[in-house]
Amino acid sequence: MPIVIKTDNLGKKYIISHQSQERYTALRDVITSNTKKVVKSITGKYSILPAKEEFWALRNVEFEVSQGDRIGIIGRNGAGKSTLLKLLSRITEPSEGKVAIRGRVSSLLEVGTGFHPELTGRENIYLNGAILGMGKHEIKKKFDEIVDFAEIEKFLDTPVKRYSSGMYVRLAFAVAAHLESEILVVDEVLAVGDSQFQKKCLGKMDSVSSKDGRTVLFVSHNMGIIRNLCNKGILLDKGKVNFQGSMEETISTYEYENQNILSIWKNSKDTDKSEFFDIEAVTLLDEKGSSKREFFNSENIIMKIDLMVKEIHSKMLILLFFTKHGETAFTYPIFLASKDSLKKGRQSVFLEIEKFLLNEGTYFITIDNSLHCIQGLTRYENILNFEIRFDKMEGMPALENVPGYFFPLLNWRLEE
Amino acid sequence: MKNSPDDDFLIIEAGKSEKHYWADLWRYRELFYFLSWRDILVRYKQTVIGIAWSVIRPLLTMVVFTIVFGKLAKLPSGEAPYPVLVFTAILPWQFFSNALSEASNSLISNQNMISKIYFPRIIMPTSTIIVSLTDFVISFVLLGITMAIYRFVPSWKIVFMPLFLLLATILSLGMGYLFSALNVKYRDFRYVIPFIVQFGMYISPVGFSSDVVPIRYRFWYSLNPMVGVIDGFRWSIIGKGTAIYWPGFILSIVITILIIIWGFWYFRKTEKTFADRI
Repeated sequence: MPIVIKTDNLGKKYIISHQSQERYTALRDVITSNTKKVVKSITGKYSILPAKEEFWALRNVEFEVSQGDRIGIIGRNGAGKSTLLKLLSRITEPSEGKVAIRGRVSSLLEVGTGFHPELTGRENIYLNGAILGMGKHEIKKKFDEIVDFAEIEKFLDTPVKRYSSGMYVRLAFAVAAHLESEILVVDEVLAVGDSQFQKKCLGKMDSVSSKDGRTVLFVSHNMGIIRNLCNKGILLDKGKVNFQGSMEETISTYEYENQNILSIWKNSKDTDKSEFFDIEAVTLLDEKGSSKREFFNSENIIMKIDLMVKEIHSKMLILLFFTKHGETAFTYPIFLASKDSLKKGRQSVFLEIEKFLLNEGTYFITIDNSLHCIQGLTRYENILNFEIRFDKMEGMPALENVPGYFFPLLNWRLEE
Repeated sequence: MKNSPDDDFLIIEAGKSEKHYWADLWRYRELFYFLSWRDILVRYKQTVIGIAWSVIRPLLTMVVFTIVFGKLAKLPSGEAPYPVLVFTAILPWQFFSNALSEASNSLISNQNMISKIYFPRIIMPTSTIIVSLTDFVISFVLLGITMAIYRFVPSWKIVFMPLFLLLATILSLGMGYLFSALNVKYRDFRYVIPFIVQFGMYISPVGFSSDVVPIRYRFWYSLNPMVGVIDGFRWSIIGKGTAIYWPGFILSIVITILIIIWGFWYFRKTEKTFADRI
């Protein structure tokens, strides 16, 4: 496949001024500072230049994209993902290096950019299409398809300010997805829609690239979506390309680099420590004792809680909350005094979460320490999270998106 | 690119976006129509106020100016009735001030488009002109009604009126480009614009005829390019008793051309940084 995007030593620099707290330059500030300079040069005083710092959002970025590739761009917040998309879609220009692009680029960096709330769905399709670079005839040709895809036939002549947020997203995505551009650049915009529509959009992007040979560049934090959609990945870290390869490899590199940070939590709070006991650290371990945050459902998860006990009390309780999508999946109480070996000083609780219990997904841990029914002590919200993935299971096809918190291993048999 | 003999590659490079600028402008020409169409639609859609506003404003200005300058100050109006004299100037002046304000604020009020989508930025301030033109048409109908009431027959030279409208358009675009770019750079610049517009009205011959200005100052008075535009409007619509003061008129044209070049140049120079600053 021919190459459609090639970057060469690409970089984007921003100047951060430390002097002003304001985001924008104000004319009055410029006038006052210039006046000050003039006055200072007359009076001969040494003038200090305002503290300005260069910040490279991207630097030395080099990669190639072939036609029909679906590239997933991942990286932590501030890694330069959005800046890269902005450079590719020509919203901002590079500070150094260059990009060569073959074909029209259409970008969907935000849902419904240029939508006007007072205008109807029909009018906004035309307007948005034109903003994204479609001609009138092209929009006319695609109009029915767009309306069909967005499922808004009934509301075509309603101002979009009356639309639900779901309808809004659907319409916006539908317009962008029907552009006849060779390269489609999509930032994390699908997070807004419901999962059914997300699936539809992903299907569309998939068919757009495999059938029409169009190239898709996609930024997301949702590894599940990105794993499904993309075949190649670029991992950005602090403005540099850290890894590029297949999507699977890119994701595992990303997760490997982040796991040590995320599988250990250390209590940095020196204040509000209780006079009875407090938690110093929490670590997630596998059975071999190495710390990680991604587990197969066929693995036991060991949660190690490092304690500092100052005063033993019979009602000392650690209450663990495990939440998924912001809702409590389950809780577990640890009554410390129920173990005779509890003593003053440092010690650790080892809690085992058994395999074949939890469903796939990300679980967040919240810890609440108290003297049961007497007094609350300390609480640490969402200190860690871990991810469960399905291992291959005998007698079951590959599963995904199974609802619920639990996925226990149950027995069943056939009888006559 | 060293190893791409293919010519259809678009190269994005620091400081080198000029090459495809005009081609891009052509490709995005439909966006120009759609943005104007949106502005008109939004303006006249929701409220009656939209249309009423473009009727009431010139009408009230005319009444006030006629009373203040015609009746109280008793300034001469030549052959035409004072309301007609005033109205022929309000027409271009209001077009200019509307167009300038709209164009100057166009980038700021569409900042999410600037920061999320690529298109030749110059389309934004340029497309706002169309709304001001529709307002102009409405005001022009009002002028017709006013002339009918006073039984005043316009001169045949009215066929030249579009030329002066064109001059006003170029002037407001030139200043609009400059101001809209400055508006992005300095966020408090927008407070200066209403002042400039208001101040401009007093130093332009809107409420009075330029003949009131002593002849030795006429040339320098035309440093304000709107003087040329307004004189041209009066000359083409009222006709008899009005004459174009040519040295001043040519000065106005020269100034207008300088302003459009300067505005366009400054806009192009700063355009690339809009998305970073806005």
